[in-house]
Amino acid sequence: MKFGVVTFPGSNCDYDAYRAVVDTFGEEASYIWHKDHDLQDADVVILPGGFSYGDYLRPGAIARFSPVMQEVIAHAKRGGPVLAICNGFQIACEAGLLPGALLRNESLQFVSSAVNLRVENASTMFTSEYREGQVITVPIAHGDGRFTADDGIVSDLEETGRVVFRYVSPAGEVDPAFNPNGSVNAIAGIVNEAGNVLGMMPHPERALDDTLGSSDGRALFESLLAKVEA
Amino acid sequence: MKPYRVSVHITPRKGILDPQGKAVEGALHSLGFPEVRDVHVGRHIVIETEAANDDEARDSVRRMCERLLANPVTEDFEIESASER
Repeated sequence: MKFGVVTFPGSNCDYDAYRAVVDTFGEEASYIWHKDHDLQDADVVILPGGFSYGDYLRPGAIARFSPVMQEVIAHAKRGGPVLAICNGFQIACEAGLLPGALLRNESLQFVSSAVNLRVENASTMFTSEYREGQVITVPIAHGDGRFTADDGIVSDLEETGRVVFRYVSPAGEVDPAFNPNGSVNAIAGIVNEAGNVLGMMPHPERALDDTLGSSDGRALFESLLAKVEA
Repeated sequence: MKPYRVSVHITPRKGILDPQGKAVEGALHSLGFPEVRDVHVGRHIVIETEAANDDEARDSVRRMCERLLANPVTEDFEIESASER
């Protein structure tokens, strides 16, 4: 299985994502430069974290017009999996691959810490190796992670099981004290209608080894591998 | 075609939490401006462009706002002025 990691000017988690799939899972991966028109036969596209184009105008606003994004959008429309992490989530929203937008954290602070997420939907291609309701620990590192969408879109996401991860307390309860950025309904990750594009602010690619704090991100990649290789 | 300068104001959409505006509001209160009731922090963009007339200049900048300059989910925009340079 082949992963394609898109690199924009200002991406800084592309290396993490690449090493995650190559070193931890022994899969093939390649970097795809933002000016490329070729996804190099990637089965799964990763839009990594970082500060593409310096977050100028709005995070993701300019990256969405990169040549490669036309190919990523076409890949997503064909049903190809897209894993959009952190800045990748912001880009996916700007590109219309996912609904809503990511705004400045409510606290106005950049937050870099481990957070607890509850797996709200364990039947997506990204989460089948988790249990529904499972509480996992994954790091976040962002200043613009407050998920926002029109009320109608939020209720649609909730009713159709498209809220995949939610920020919770260690006990697994939604609690404003454990919502690191003020996201509506403590939403940390969502999928598109077809279920093949996941956007999430937390970094599963940085949670693959207990010696680095958590290996709870592994099941996300294992889910994808099980699904795409099936 | 004539040269135009078009100014755009982009502000957080009403009803969307604007923590930056709230922080500035709090700072103004503590500086001795208790009369301040609400603050919104947005962006001001000045575009130098060319158009046949004022309407065309505004129309073209409106399309720029819809496609790139403002996020329709979270922001409102207002074209403040279009003046021939």
